Amino acid sequence: MQPALTVLNIEVSFDGKNVLEDVSMELGAGESLAVIGPNGAGKTVFLRALLGMIPYRGTITWAPKTRIGYVPQKIDADRHLPVNFKNLFAAKASILKLPAADIEEVIEIVGLNNNIITTSVGHLSGGEFQRGLIAFALLGKPSVLIFDEPTASIDVAGEEQIYDLIHRLQDAQGITTIVVSHDLSFVYQYATKVLCLNRAGVCFGEPDIALTPEALEKLYGPHKYFHYFNDSHSDDHRTKNHDIQQ
Amino acid sequence: MASSYSIILAILAAAAAGLVGAFALMKRTILAGDVMSHIAIPGLGLALLFAWDPLVGGGLTLFLGILIIWQLQKKTELSAEAAIGVIFASSVALGALLIHSDEALVDALFGGFKNLTPAEFAFGAGASILIIVALWLLRNKLIISLFSPELAISSGINVDRINLWYLLLFGLAILANLRFLGALLVGSLIIIPAAVSRQLTHSLGTFLTTSVIVSVLSMLIGTFIAMHYNLDTGATVVVTAAAFFVLSLFKKKR
Repeated sequence: MQPALTVLNIEVSFDGKNVLEDVSMELGAGESLAVIGPNGAGKTVFLRALLGMIPYRGTITWAPKTRIGYVPQKIDADRHLPVNFKNLFAAKASILKLPAADIEEVIEIVGLNNNIITTSVGHLSGGEFQRGLIAFALLGKPSVLIFDEPTASIDVAGEEQIYDLIHRLQDAQGITTIVVSHDLSFVYQYATKVLCLNRAGVCFGEPDIALTPEALEKLYGPHKYFHYFNDSHSDDHRTKNHDIQQ
Repeated sequence: MASSYSIILAILAAAAAGLVGAFALMKRTILAGDVMSHIAIPGLGLALLFAWDPLVGGGLTLFLGILIIWQLQKKTELSAEAAIGVIFASSVALGALLIHSDEALVDALFGGFKNLTPAEFAFGAGASILIIVALWLLRNKLIISLFSPELAISSGINVDRINLWYLLLFGLAILANLRFLGALLVGSLIIIPAAVSRQLTHSLGTFLTTSVIVSVLSMLIGTFIAMHYNLDTGATVVVTAAAFFVLSLFKKKR
């Protein structure tokens, strides 16, 4: 069977400086890939390359007829923007010529209601906003969903819900998922493959096999990974309660 | 005395300005837009110099300015803002050098309401209708793009092309209103009604319509007051819009 995604030796540079190099991996359809690594390791850059938003060297091959849904880490939109998710869903459905029933369906999958989707995006909680973004990504029935730190701006209780949702989408709908995460417990619990990045690809494979102490040390520095493992939320609480910046 | 053609054109042009401004405010490109209106000034100077129609001269430099700003917007560094500032200042200065007659300079900068030719009417009305129709057709892509360019790209929207389309429509809205308001003030009719509308509304539909209504009312009331008291049209229209803004501040948002 053809893999959902094949990445071969990709390299990305900004202003002549490599921010990502020597990354290769392969992902089967319906698998769940976790991308981990310290801050500034090029995780978001890797996703942007996958999405074709930035130039890169090397090859990235998606299976034919792949449809990608993308959930970005944060949206740098105006807090007072008079736009709600109902507007955004309607806009995307109209561009893709989807029936109204499709909108209802994604709203139900992510557990939103009419009250939430008619509230301006700037007035939503972090969790509501994130579920709105996931519903937006789900419109058009993607075969692959890409998440950039889906829990970066929500509380611990909300985090569980989002991870459950991602897992449900992968499990029930057979969607291939790619998730950038700081959370190693998520990696062990849900991911079928893990890609460790620290500018270069440090490790790739099934989490239990790939995440050796050596790999983690190479990734986070000596002895630091215990801290990461036990206190993996510490880094996620910077922008609590809101995804939207002024 | 204003003919009914002038009034029809004023309404259409103001409606287009209000709609363009609402999107500019959401896109947060409102200041770049204000700068753009000043780029028409050296064009108006050239038009006076070579006895062209002012719309041809203004349109020419506006189009050039749009291409420059479109390129600059792709970069997010401060240097782009600085460059836009330089374009702004040098456009006004260049315009002042090119326009020798004081009276012509005042007209170019502040506009007027008299002597509308049929060609001017046809251009203004056509441009205004084109702007309104095009924005309606582009609205879905624009809304997703202004919410998040990344999401737009991942949804298959060509954000770069949408931005260029939008800037061209913005330039057209400036040209359509230039006749009445002049190059210095035309940006105000794009900015102020949108700002008023944001004070008063919080849903997309009402935000867009309120911006259009405030723009049209400012134009009509301002023109009426200007004719009645023999004041400068452009300035009176903009002061009227500003008065709406002051009033809107008294309304508490939810």
